[in-house]
Amino acid sequence: MKKTTIAIGLVAVLILVPGLAMSGPDDDSLTINGEISIVTETEAPAHAENLSTIYSGWRFRSDETQAFQMDDFENPGMIGVENAMVNWETVDGSAGESCAGCHGAPEDMAGVRAVYPKWNEEKGEVTTLEVEVNNCRENRMGAEKWKYTGGDMTDMVALISSVSRGMPVNVAIDGPAKETWEQGKELYYTRTGQLELSCANCHEDSYGLMIRADHLSQGQINGFPTYRLKNTKLNSVHARFKGCVRDTRAQTFKPGSPEFIALELYVASRGNGLSVEGPSVRN
Amino acid sequence: MEMTRRKLLALGSGTFVLATLSSLPAFATLTDDAIAALTGGADMGEGAITLTAPEIAENGNTVPIAFDAPGAAEVTLFADGNPVPNVATFKFGPLSASRSASTRIRLATTQNVVAIAKMEDGSFQMAKANVKVTIGGCGG
Amino acid sequence: MASGVKPRVKVPKKAAAGETITIKTLISHKMESGQRKDDDGNVIPRSIINRFTADFNGENVIDVVLEPAVSTNPYFQFEAVVPESGEFKFTWYDDDGSVYDTAKKITVS
Repeated sequence: MKKTTIAIGLVAVLILVPGLAMSGPDDDSLTINGEISIVTETEAPAHAENLSTIYSGWRFRSDETQAFQMDDFENPGMIGVENAMVNWETVDGSAGESCAGCHGAPEDMAGVRAVYPKWNEEKGEVTTLEVEVNNCRENRMGAEKWKYTGGDMTDMVALISSVSRGMPVNVAIDGPAKETWEQGKELYYTRTGQLELSCANCHEDSYGLMIRADHLSQGQINGFPTYRLKNTKLNSVHARFKGCVRDTRAQTFKPGSPEFIALELYVASRGNGLSVEGPSVRN
Repeated sequence: MEMTRRKLLALGSGTFVLATLSSLPAFATLTDDAIAALTGGADMGEGAITLTAPEIAENGNTVPIAFDAPGAAEVTLFADGNPVPNVATFKFGPLSASRSASTRIRLATTQNVVAIAKMEDGSFQMAKANVKVTIGGCGG
Repeated sequence: MASGVKPRVKVPKKAAAGETITIKTLISHKMESGQRKDDDGNVIPRSIINRFTADFNGENVIDVVLEPAVSTNPYFQFEAVVPESGEFKFTWYDDDGSVYDTAKKITVS
C-alpha cells in the first residue's frame, strides 16, 4: 500500500511538469454565428487575487474544437437547446403550467444565466439555475423534479444560457451570498483525494501547461453546459466538478449539494467579466 | 486496493500492447484489403484529391475531416487504425456542385485517414493524412 | 425507432440559377458502433444511420454510405447547384429500418 501511494504521488508530480511546447492560451477570438461577440479574455476581478487575466476555456482548445462553437449549426450542444425548447412549451404537472406560461419566450430569460448562482431571499440560500428549474417544476407546475445532472435539466440550462450568450458573467459575491462564496473559495483551495490536488493546483497554478496530452485551462465555467467531444453530450457544471474531484481519487460531493453550489458560486465569480458561452464545445 | 506483483504485471503488459498498437497499425492489412476490394488492385495516382484533417485531434470521438476531389464520381474514406477500416463512401449525383464534403469521424487511436477517389474515367486517386489522437489529462 | 432522432438541415432560402450553394446537415443519433460493451461485458449491438441521401426535384446531389466510424450526431457539409426553384429532400436510413426525412424549399431567381 505504501508503495502505491508513492507511485501515485509521483504521477501527480509528473503530470504537472511543463511538458510540451504549448503554453498559455492562444490568440484566437470568438464570434458566434458571425454576430455574437464573446469576451474570452479580460482583466481578472479583484477577488480572484492570484490571477491577472482570465481566459475562457475556448482559448485553450485546438482550432478544430474551437470551430465547433463558432456556428450554432456546427455546435452539437444546440441539439440539447432544441430539445429544451420543446420542454419549454410543454405543459407538465398538476398545475397545467409550462415554462412558457410564466416566463414567455426563452429569449425573455436573457441575462439570467449571467447572474447565477444567486441569493434566493425566499429560501434564504444561494441557488443555482438547476435548483430554480426544479423549484418551478415542483412548486409552480406540480411536476416531477428533474435529476440534477440529467439530460432534460442540462438541456434546459443550456437553453437558458444560450439566450445570454455574449453577456458578461456577473455573479454577486457580497451581501447575503458572501458566506457561501467564502465556503466555495475554501473548497477551491482544499486539496482532495489520494492525489492531493485542489482546483487551484491545476487551474490556477498550472493553466496553460499540458496535463498529459491535454491543455489545461483556467477551469472557468462561463461556457457551461458544455458539449464534450469525449462523451458527445451536454455536461453540467456539477457533473464536471464531480469528474474533477473523482480524478483526484477522492469521494466527491453530490451534484446539487451545498458544497458544489458554493463551489459553483466561487468558480463562476472568478469568471466575472467573461461572456456567457453556454452551450460551449470542449474536448 | 492492494497492488500485488501480479496486478502490476498485468498493468505493464496492457501498456505494452497499447504501445505496440500505436506504433504499428495493427489493422493496416484490413485497410489494404478494403482498398483492394474497392479498386480491384488498380494503380492509384496522387494529387487530384486533397484531404483535410487535424494533425492532432483533441478527442478521437469527433474528428472533423474534409476532402476535395475534382472529377471524382465517388470518394471513400478509410481509417487504418480502426477495428473496421471503412468510414464512409460519398457518391456524387448530377446536382452536386463540387466533389467535396466534410464530416466528423471516430478514430480509435493515432492513425492514417485515407481517402480514395474513383474518378469519372474509372481511375483512382488517393490522399492520406496522419492524425494523432490524444487522450484527456486525467482520463476524465 | 431509435429515440431522440431529429434531422436538421441548413439550406439558403434563395439562390441564383446555377449558383453553388452550401448545405449542412446534422441528425441527432447515437451511432452505436457495435464495438462497445455494457457494464456486464456484453457487446452493445450496432445501431447506426447507414445511408444518407440528398436530392433536389428528384435528382440526386449526394448519396453517402455510413459505417460505425461516423461520429455521434452525423454531420455532413457539401455543395449543390440548383437549376430552378424547387425542393430539397434529405433522407436518413437507420439500421432498425426507420427512415427519417426532411425537405427544404429554395427559390431560384
